[in-house]
Amino acid sequence: MSAACDLVILGAGPAGMSAAIAASRCGLSTIVLDDQPEPGGQIYRAVERRARSGDAASLGQDHAAGAALVEAFRGCGADYRPATQVWQIERDLTVLASHAGVSSALAATAIVIATGAAERPVPIPGWTLPGVMTVGAGQILLKASAMVPPQPLWIAGQGPLPLLYAAQLIEAGMPPSGILDTTPPGALARGWRHLPGALANWRYLAKGLNYLATIKRAGVPLVRHVTEVAARGGGRLTSVRYATRGRVHEVAAATLLLHEGVVPQVQVSQSVGARHIWDDMLQAPVPVLDAWGETSLPGLFAAGDAAGIGGAALAAIRGQRAALRVAHRVGRIDDGQLQELDEATGLKMRRHDQIRPFLNAVFPPRRAIHVPGDDVIVCRCEELSARDIRQAVEAGCVGPNQVKAMTRCGMGPCQGRQCALTLQQIIADARGVPAAVLECLTIRPPLRPITLGELASLDHDRAGANRM
Amino acid sequence: MYTRIGPATGPKLTVHVDGRPVTVRAGDSVAAAAMLAGLLPTRLTPVSGAPRAPYCMMGVCFECLMTIDGVAARQACLESVREGMRIEVQSGRRTLAP
Repeated sequence: MSAACDLVILGAGPAGMSAAIAASRCGLSTIVLDDQPEPGGQIYRAVERRARSGDAASLGQDHAAGAALVEAFRGCGADYRPATQVWQIERDLTVLASHAGVSSALAATAIVIATGAAERPVPIPGWTLPGVMTVGAGQILLKASAMVPPQPLWIAGQGPLPLLYAAQLIEAGMPPSGILDTTPPGALARGWRHLPGALANWRYLAKGLNYLATIKRAGVPLVRHVTEVAARGGGRLTSVRYATRGRVHEVAAATLLLHEGVVPQVQVSQSVGARHIWDDMLQAPVPVLDAWGETSLPGLFAAGDAAGIGGAALAAIRGQRAALRVAHRVGRIDDGQLQELDEATGLKMRRHDQIRPFLNAVFPPRRAIHVPGDDVIVCRCEELSARDIRQAVEAGCVGPNQVKAMTRCGMGPCQGRQCALTLQQIIADARGVPAAVLECLTIRPPLRPITLGELASLDHDRAGANRM
Repeated sequence: MYTRIGPATGPKLTVHVDGRPVTVRAGDSVAAAAMLAGLLPTRLTPVSGAPRAPYCMMGVCFECLMTIDGVAARQACLESVREGMRIEVQSGRRTLAP
């Protein structure tokens, strides 16, 4: 099965849905592919089901607001294909995707990558033990299935999400055993300089203070200045060890949820060969984009957190802008209309972005996470430790791709999604060079493991063309 | 054990987790159903046989690979439960069906 359209959007979160709404309004034929079974992305996960059951408000006003966006998306006329896995994008903007075991090829005039963010990998001792998950995973279970993991439950990490999730657990009557805050000391001193921007986005700040107040009121221990978090146990997690103010503690645990911020999901844009740069603030690669979100590859756009971390409100605006740029290019809107929309959305975009320098300064990526000790697993799929990578560097490997060839680091089913950042940082550290100068791990198709049956189900015309 | 809180959102259905019938809700992911049934680990790695369980729940870590209705190496966090579904621990590498 193959088809052609004006625009293919990858992802049905705030950016993808907003792009689809804007594109459809301009009359573009639009197809939206999402690997999740329901629209909303991670932030508005299961929002339709919760709205139907009259329960949307229990996860907060933001989640309820997401229901309106999902409704507009459902009604916009775009061809929405959930539970669809994209496994390759070709340079001519052909999208190869698989649904229910059958693959199809879509020829697009333009593509908007709206695959969002993922939590930064948190390689600590024992992070592969059953019972250890990310805070995001805990929140997904809460949103999608109203499920809370086994107690005693500990949360370790930094940033807004651990505080939000802890507050949600408290409101659900299932408070966590405690929060191990790994925010490096001096947060106020670091954030002070950026406070004016944060105050301009005072609603974001107020939310954070609200979560803290909820945690304090509930009497949930919030341990500050935590370092050296380790998950311990045999076949599964039984305790968490951590250090604070020079003392080591160990607490019983059935669940440990980790979070050290989020990074853009750039697998797709990297795999097509669009230009990326290493962002020192995020300590992660981001695509190089023009003011509309177009990558170095004409017709390929990135929007939302996949284009750089900005949150849901900003993601929606960026998705809209990318769609409008495509509409202009294929002649659906004129120069005047584009300029008008540019001014209107540009202003909103700058306003929502003002909180970012404050958050980045208060919650900086931690070196201990990027450059873990020798015994810590870095590549979860191939079970390679930091020592394995350092030995490969000693043997002469200069970058991620050489280490991959020598050790299989990044070659498992996750295709480097959980190890690429750590791999790059460990090599840079071992060689004494900045991570930015190393060539990133090369991302190759298929972007997800597929069966031979899925590959063979592509139509014959295409298969013939590929044989040339 | 996992606890279900508040109003469950979808209608009830029955799946079989390692042969045991378990009541879940429409809209639950297979990974959530497995954990609700108390299944831990959900896979043993092909490299060393180490026990693993879902880690990210959003499709990026591939730790939740399970055998679903006889098909190995499926991402259990991306698949929704269906009535009568068979959900099994994946042990080691996937093999081709005979």
